[in-house]
Amino acid sequence: MMLPIISIKNFSKSFGGTKAVASLDLEVEKGELFGLIGPDGAGKTTTIRTLVTLISPDSGEIFVNNLDVKKDVRKIRSITGYMPQRFSLYPDLSVNQNLVFFANLFDVPKREIAERKKRLFQFSNLEPFAGRLAGQLSGGMKQKLALSCTLIHNPVVLILDEPTTGVDPVSRNEFWTILKELKKEGVTILVSTPYMDEAVKCDRVAIMHEGMVLARGKPETMTASFQNRIYKLAGQDLIKHINSIALIPGILSVQSFGDSLHLTLPDNQAKENIRGKIKNILGRSFQMEPVEPSLEDLFIALIEGKSRNGN
Amino acid sequence: METEIAVSASKLSRHFGAFKAVDEISFDVKKGEIFGFLGANGAGKTTAIKMLCGLLKPTEGEATVAGFSIRTGTAMIKKNIGYMSQKFSLYEDLTVKENIEFYGGIYGLSREEIANKTRLLLSELNLENMQNSLTRALPLGWKQRLALSASLLHDPPIIFLDEPTGGVDPISRRNFWRIIYEIANRGKTVFVTTHYMDEAEYCNRVSIMHRGKIIELGTPTGLKQKYDKTTMQDIFIHIIGQN
Amino acid sequence: MKLRRIISIIIKEYTHIFRDWRSLLIIILMPVLMIILYGYAITLDMKNLTFAVIDDAKTPESRELIRGFTESRFFILKYTDIKRNEIESLFKKRYIQMALVIPGDFSESLVSNRITKVQLIVDAADSNVGTFINNYSNRVAQLFNEKLNNRSPGILGLEPRILFNPDMKSANFFVPGLVALILLLICSLLTSITITREKETGTLEQILVSPVNPMEIVVGKVIPYITLGFFNGIIIIIFARLLFKVPINGSLALIAVLSLIYIFVALSFGLMISSVAKTQQIAMLATLMATVLPTIMLSGFIFPVASMPLPLQYISKAVPATYFLIIIRGIMLKGIGLAELWQHAAALSGIGMLMLSMAIIRFKVTLE
Repeated sequence: MMLPIISIKNFSKSFGGTKAVASLDLEVEKGELFGLIGPDGAGKTTTIRTLVTLISPDSGEIFVNNLDVKKDVRKIRSITGYMPQRFSLYPDLSVNQNLVFFANLFDVPKREIAERKKRLFQFSNLEPFAGRLAGQLSGGMKQKLALSCTLIHNPVVLILDEPTTGVDPVSRNEFWTILKELKKEGVTILVSTPYMDEAVKCDRVAIMHEGMVLARGKPETMTASFQNRIYKLAGQDLIKHINSIALIPGILSVQSFGDSLHLTLPDNQAKENIRGKIKNILGRSFQMEPVEPSLEDLFIALIEGKSRNGN
Repeated sequence: METEIAVSASKLSRHFGAFKAVDEISFDVKKGEIFGFLGANGAGKTTAIKMLCGLLKPTEGEATVAGFSIRTGTAMIKKNIGYMSQKFSLYEDLTVKENIEFYGGIYGLSREEIANKTRLLLSELNLENMQNSLTRALPLGWKQRLALSASLLHDPPIIFLDEPTGGVDPISRRNFWRIIYEIANRGKTVFVTTHYMDEAEYCNRVSIMHRGKIIELGTPTGLKQKYDKTTMQDIFIHIIGQN
Repeated sequence: MKLRRIISIIIKEYTHIFRDWRSLLIIILMPVLMIILYGYAITLDMKNLTFAVIDDAKTPESRELIRGFTESRFFILKYTDIKRNEIESLFKKRYIQMALVIPGDFSESLVSNRITKVQLIVDAADSNVGTFINNYSNRVAQLFNEKLNNRSPGILGLEPRILFNPDMKSANFFVPGLVALILLLICSLLTSITITREKETGTLEQILVSPVNPMEIVVGKVIPYITLGFFNGIIIIIFARLLFKVPINGSLALIAVLSLIYIFVALSFGLMISSVAKTQQIAMLATLMATVLPTIMLSGFIFPVASMPLPLQYISKAVPATYFLIIIRGIMLKGIGLAELWQHAAALSGIGMLMLSMAIIRFKVTLE
């Protein structure tokens, strides 16, 4: 039987007394760009580290490219590329030396190294900096070099743990352009991220919370199935009044989105009533119109709903 | 004299050897303003903040914080500012309560004040049940809120936040920004750097730094009109892309 | 200087110390372990020296001479019936440290009152052992002569009286030195690591944006570790007394006071290192290098300062342990007091003040 390239069934892992992941099921198809999103402590890193055989599961069946993470540790490591959180290269080695080092680490044949470097430089545009020390690269360039090093052995699966945290928007953009190109070449990518604008760029995402998957699917179908109504408020100095608006009965939640606010209402019945109350609070005119829910709206609703039920 | 300017920099520079980390930046931050300090990694934001907080001496130029010169008045500046760095700066092996008491102590608060503040903060942050747990055990979002509160213990009029929400999920980030808004509503000046452009929209004014220089400064709305874009993210990518 | 701020730092340091009980245990057990290891391993006591004898004479006189060695507690006779050409290989295999070759005409020669020669072969690879065997053999020969001639050896007879360490126990010599070494090592490590750790975690930066000044940080950090270092010193001395029966002839109170000064020097030294080092690793390495080597080699810990080449003697004057060794050996073994030691105590305080001021100045430059 052929399994999906990443197949996780009934996976659990605890550290000490705390459950990091509780009976998780997850499948990633070949060639997919899959996003893992969730708040801090949701179990994303535990899941990722188990996939790359750095920690062993307490229970469950986990396969990467039909290889068992419990048995085929070496084989899995040779076909996956893994970029841990805060992955740092050797700052006192040059870009070139870092790449060659990782190539040797993964037994890349000597005669192929030059060619692979060339191909990676096409993605990363790092060729002009080949001789520069990694420590002297800018943050975005470091990230691209780190990615290149995890790609030097032509992995079948690429697993990235929050690769763009703390990276500026321009560099993030470039980074995701590279991921898209890799996907075109057929690489399967599993990536965790705290950025929702990155999550929507994935083919499919799973929203994790407290060690479980709350929702999964294509971003657009997930948001389409969202049951509550979202209204966007636009006007001046709205954010100052966010706490008073949140107290109005009938509003499920108020979130700031840039300089506007998103109200979550269960349906559109109380809409006019709420509009009046907000006007009283603001004392001036504002716009309130329905908007399509975004992945971020869904994320917040799911996690907040979960926490509310939990407490 | 009561001044309306909280932070003012004029031709402020800091060089490391031949490298100009900060290159003649000038700006004013008004009292009660939330001032966003944007820029790519390595643009010089952290160096600029460190100078304003009295952690680094400028190479050239001058700046005042709360009316005191960063060259001669660092002792007074330190009494008037709160600072939260991108690195989590509480002691992980101390409990929540011990951390608060320690920071209260080094700001010279009296025993009584510390006790009151501790009680107040713990209830504000909903951390009463956690007060005797090690800080290490808190989720990242909580840690960051605790770090912010610790830097506000001495009630400073100006607060510097250097990437306070790095790596935090959207919900914790929003909670964090609600606190920032409350702080600003109380009349405090907030000077903040961030990589999240949706957060940049919450600022009254933003400046964009690139290679040590401030290349754009204005209100989010004003910048959107100027560049005919709908989000700060687009503006940022546009401006940095051009340079 | 504001007392409240310093107290806050002190309380915090104590909390760190007691919360991390594993490290605390290491801090307390390490000196004990070191003193046991060093105390038993570093020893100049001569025991169990093995030797071979080729006795070609086999007379009562030759056996009498051999007995002169075997009767002492230092020598063990291991080989008797061996050939001459086997001697070298026994030495090379380190089976013996000495060989005695008695010629066949030994007794006849003695009777005829000629000068009688007995060959003594000594392994002097360890010069201490070589010297010891040489001296001891001379003494045996002297006694043998006296007995044989049945008369007093001469008008002038040297009888050494060994002062302060009458049993010539090397523990008495080393243990006070160990107190000096361990106190210096532990105390300077503690401070250099505690500050660099705060640099690494970023908490130092957070403290520095508060009104706290470097002086207050330094004082607040040093005080808790002085008490910890002092506690360590007490443990070492108790163990030295229990395990090695090292005498304490002088005043315990004086040892305590002067140890405090020495601990202060060690802590200041640690601070100086942490004002330059950026990471805990560098701090640890630098501290180890800068304390262990000079203390062992240059302070008189093993090799007497007076027998060093002149340039090294000058360098040894800058090593804090040089002074403390004189002080602690003086008090413990000789029972002397401040009247004889005040100059060394003053030198120690001077070094401490110098290091502390350098540390504070360095801090001001790097942190402000």
